[in-house]
Amino acid sequence: MDLSLSKDELAFRDEVRTFFNENVPPSMKQKLREGRHTSKQDLVDWTRILNKKGWAVPHWPVEHGGTGWTPVQQYIFNEELQMAPAQPPLPFGVNMVGPVILTFGSEEQKKYYLPRIANMDDWWCQGFSEPGSGSDLASLKTTAKKKGDSWIVNGQKTWTTLAQHADWIFCLCRTDPSAKKQSGISFILIDMKSRGITVRPIKTIDGGVEVNEVFFDDVEVPLHNLVGEENKGWDYAKFLLGNERTNIARVGMSKERIRRIKELASSVQSGGKPVMEDQKFREKLASIEIELKALELTQMRVVANEGKYGKGRPDPASSILKIKGSDIQQATTELLMDVIGPFAAPFASDDEGSNEISDWTTQIAPGYFNYRKVSIYGGSNEIQRNIIAKAVLGL
Amino acid sequence: MDFDLSEEQRLLKDSVDGLLKSSYDFEQRKKYATEKGGWSRSVWSKLAEQGLLGLPFSEEDGGFGAGAVETMIVMESLGRALMLEPYLPTVVLGGGFLRRGGSAAQKAAHIPGIIDGSKTFAFAQLEKNSRYDLADVSTTAKKQGDGYVIDGEKFVVLNGASADTLIVTARTKGGQTDRTGIGAFIVPASAKGISIKGYETQDGLHAADITFSGVEVGADAALGNPEDALPLIEQVVDDARIALCAEAVGAMDESLKSTVEYLKTRTQFGVPIGSFQVLQHRASDMFVNLEQARSMAMFATMAADFDDAKERSNAVAAAKVQIGKSSRFVGQQSIQLHGGVGMTMEYKIGHYFKRLSMIENTFGDTDYHLKRVTDNGGLMK
Ligand SMILES: Cc1cc2nc3c(=O)[nH]c(=O)nc-3n(C[C@H](O)[C@H](O)[C@H](O)COP(=O)(O)OP(=O)(O)OC[C@H]3O[C@@H](n4cnc5c(N)ncnc54)[C@H](O)[C@@H]3O)c2cc1C
Repeated sequence: MDLSLSKDELAFRDEVRTFFNENVPPSMKQKLREGRHTSKQDLVDWTRILNKKGWAVPHWPVEHGGTGWTPVQQYIFNEELQMAPAQPPLPFGVNMVGPVILTFGSEEQKKYYLPRIANMDDWWCQGFSEPGSGSDLASLKTTAKKKGDSWIVNGQKTWTTLAQHADWIFCLCRTDPSAKKQSGISFILIDMKSRGITVRPIKTIDGGVEVNEVFFDDVEVPLHNLVGEENKGWDYAKFLLGNERTNIARVGMSKERIRRIKELASSVQSGGKPVMEDQKFREKLASIEIELKALELTQMRVVANEGKYGKGRPDPASSILKIKGSDIQQATTELLMDVIGPFAAPFASDDEGSNEISDWTTQIAPGYFNYRKVSIYGGSNEIQRNIIAKAVLGL
Repeated sequence: MDFDLSEEQRLLKDSVDGLLKSSYDFEQRKKYATEKGGWSRSVWSKLAEQGLLGLPFSEEDGGFGAGAVETMIVMESLGRALMLEPYLPTVVLGGGFLRRGGSAAQKAAHIPGIIDGSKTFAFAQLEKNSRYDLADVSTTAKKQGDGYVIDGEKFVVLNGASADTLIVTARTKGGQTDRTGIGAFIVPASAKGISIKGYETQDGLHAADITFSGVEVGADAALGNPEDALPLIEQVVDDARIALCAEAVGAMDESLKSTVEYLKTRTQFGVPIGSFQVLQHRASDMFVNLEQARSMAMFATMAADFDDAKERSNAVAAAKVQIGKSSRFVGQQSIQLHGGVGMTMEYKIGHYFKRLSMIENTFGDTDYHLKRVTDNGGLMK
């Protein structure tokens, strides 16, 4: 047993760190530090910088642009990326639909879509949830019926993150209404420019617009946009959601957040001295640091176990990462509220691309509000507890 | 980075677990508790025969030269079995002082007796007002001729009534809480002027309050520098905290296992109570707590031999915080999920809770260690 990084791993970390130091656009760094929204163009530009280096899709197989890194190297890369801080490539492409196409897609689909995902030529969004189908996703009602050489799609998706930017959406659609819940679902790729698609923004409590409703009204989709086999979509969705869970601890991001908290707490005054000198505040912060250290090691243990549960099957213990990772992310946003105190109140809209807000303090409360989401999406924390109870404890 | 045990470490684990399986189930434990001093000499001999009492000592001292990971393996298993025998005071604390601070002569005089199981140790440190502060020492060791005269009172000395040899912290100079002027002395429990009042502790172990009045020891009783032994004491106590973290992980692990088993077998309303989601979620949270604690016990184990004492003690303090929090949750909820039977002395689950509670308050509780981490500026750089 040896929990320290090996010499090679340390050298790798330095290489990655240096690259981020030299290549992350300063404006993106700044926005992320201040908890502001990045623009579509920010992410496209940055993904292309990564892709040029060959690091946009490190976890993919080498023949599709992956790096062949060990799980530990992947882990280091993600950590350093989040700590830089830089934005991870859009997960809907590289972590969700990409691996599904890689594993279950046809050769033509791989050839067409994968390089475009790696280079962010296409912006993908995830069309799973519906108004009546959240945690109980398999109850979804959006239908796809075969007509000639097309699917005709009707229904509604919701909570679709950043659909307003999207070129493509991957959808779960019911293709066999007579089959049992899980067995009549297919995984279909749909061009967002298709006729009959309407996107309606949903404003969230922080004042931002990152989710949308997406309506499908007799949308025609070529038959060959089906991924894998008809009516097997649920299996692919489970595979995808498993991948989502392991990427969700965001230890590096929380570390960066803690660095930021310390920086701000050292400058904001309370009772004639910096907040950072308040014993109670410091203890709260130290408690979170300890939880985060434990999570970091738990994550490394899960990483070290990767593959032991069979290809594409996540370690059920990865539900710990989701639960604790989201707890800690939320706790850091609460600490920022503690730091800023009464100056949390002023509201300023942070319309993407506008540079009107010079005052970062206005972004702290929205950040707190917005991060309530992390224990809801990606399989809510209650659902994660169901998974542990069933898959780990056998209850 | 590597989380796997080596082949030898796996063998060690199998051998400890094998021993405990054959001779340490809960009913056997009850019997051992009634033996002299509250623990079993025959189990102790078996530990000696399997070499477990000699693990951490160097080969030249007659041991196996094993490291902190091996101690972690053993302590975790002992925690699972709720072992009563004085492994912590003898091998970890007594042995730790000898290994880390003993002269060649002191090692030669004492280590063989630990390894062969003929002698046990106790660490007499806690005082009426010292609480968790290792530098708060009012017991005195006054120079007399070549040697020292020790006067003072020590409390809740684990294994204090059974031990052959005591390691006693005492002030050679300075004020009550000065960091310098503290010594650690090897004192035979039979020395003149020592009176020992033994008792059972809440978790079924045994401890003693010990009074020293005019106890004379030679110059060779001092471990390391008699005027500056605090760094040694801190390091050995950190060893003990690390060992306690591992013991707690073992106890929590077993406590959760038993609870999950109970959830599957106990029926109410015509169904196993484990089918109730509120209990499933409680059990899942216990699992999360356990695994977070396991991660930190590993972290502390790795810190055992850090060169930088401050970094070491900060890591150990952080681990003790996590262990304390997780222990409370797992311990309390284990009782809750068992219902009334969890409240009985007869049934084992309550005994895990009691041991975990005592571990939390040994060598610094959660609040104490959280303050230490805080005063050190946190854990992340
Ligand atoms: C900001 C944000 C972005 C999102 N982005 C996307 C996206 O891009 N694409 C997409 O498809 N979806 C997205 N989602 C949707 C997300 O996956 C769902 O919100 C989530 O699955 C929960 O579903 P729900 O909102 O319908 O809540 P419900 O399922 O109705 O849950 C309500 C409450 O009941 C609890 N609950 C439900 N079932 C159980 C159970 N069996 N046991 C115990 N408790 C239970 C839940 O934990 C929750 O507390 C996003 C959500 C948010 C908030």
